[in-house]
Amino acid sequence: MTTEELKSVEATKSVDARGTACPGPLLEAKKAIGTLKAGDVMEILSSDEGTKQDIAKWCSKQGHESMGWVEENGFFKVYLKKK
Amino acid sequence: MEKSNELTLDQLQAQIKELQAKIEKMENGRKDQLSIAVVSGDMDKVLAAMVISIAAAAMDTQVKLFFSFWSLSALRDPKKSPKGKDFISKMFGWMLPNGTKQLKLSNMQMAGMGPKMINYLMKKQNVMSLDTMFKEAGELGIEIVICEMSMGLMGFKKEEFIDYPHLSYAGAATFVADASESSIQLFI
Repeated sequence: MTTEELKSVEATKSVDARGTACPGPLLEAKKAIGTLKAGDVMEILSSDEGTKQDIAKWCSKQGHESMGWVEENGFFKVYLKKK
Repeated sequence: MEKSNELTLDQLQAQIKELQAKIEKMENGRKDQLSIAVVSGDMDKVLAAMVISIAAAAMDTQVKLFFSFWSLSALRDPKKSPKGKDFISKMFGWMLPNGTKQLKLSNMQMAGMGPKMINYLMKKQNVMSLDTMFKEAGELGIEIVICEMSMGLMGFKKEEFIDYPHLSYAGAATFVADASESSIQLFI
């Protein structure tokens, strides 16, 4: 997905993990994904650079669809679709 | 000539059975599991072991940590004071770090300044403390196995270790057995 497309994505759930460093954001994402239904979109807010890669790797292992990320002012929004 | 190359149904079935057994063995052979032998008691190394473990557990990988030798210091609970130690055990207990907060760095120890600086930076950059990591690890179902032999060698008692939900005691064979069925094995 392009950045423009991602910016218009409506997430079902937003996880704010800006207060934590690696592996905090991944852990928060894991805890939150159970509350989602298949096909729901989750966004993870993180100020940790590694999260972009980590979430993508996690998605490919678990079968979720990694949608990409958007850079905001000092943090990232990482998007995924639950399988 | 042609006939000798043909397989009977029985032979074919026997071959299939053999293949099935092999596949089953391969599937059971390497689980989605991480085994780490944590031997070092340096704060940075225990930290690395815990970060990797938590990341793995968050990815639904089963994690089994085998704590041995110096790393046992990290599992000591400073609030607990076990009774009935002999003189040498008491000496060891007194000389070795008592819990996560007293662990040394493998580098830049600088007479205690190093760990203080690292702890300050960790707090500032929102890195979980070791204590928080052990708590999270417990919630994620990460198993910790304490090496009986090194526990005895260093004079530690079961009563002085932290309250951890998935704690057990075993020997080296347990690590070998766990590690042999893990797809990732590390030594820290």
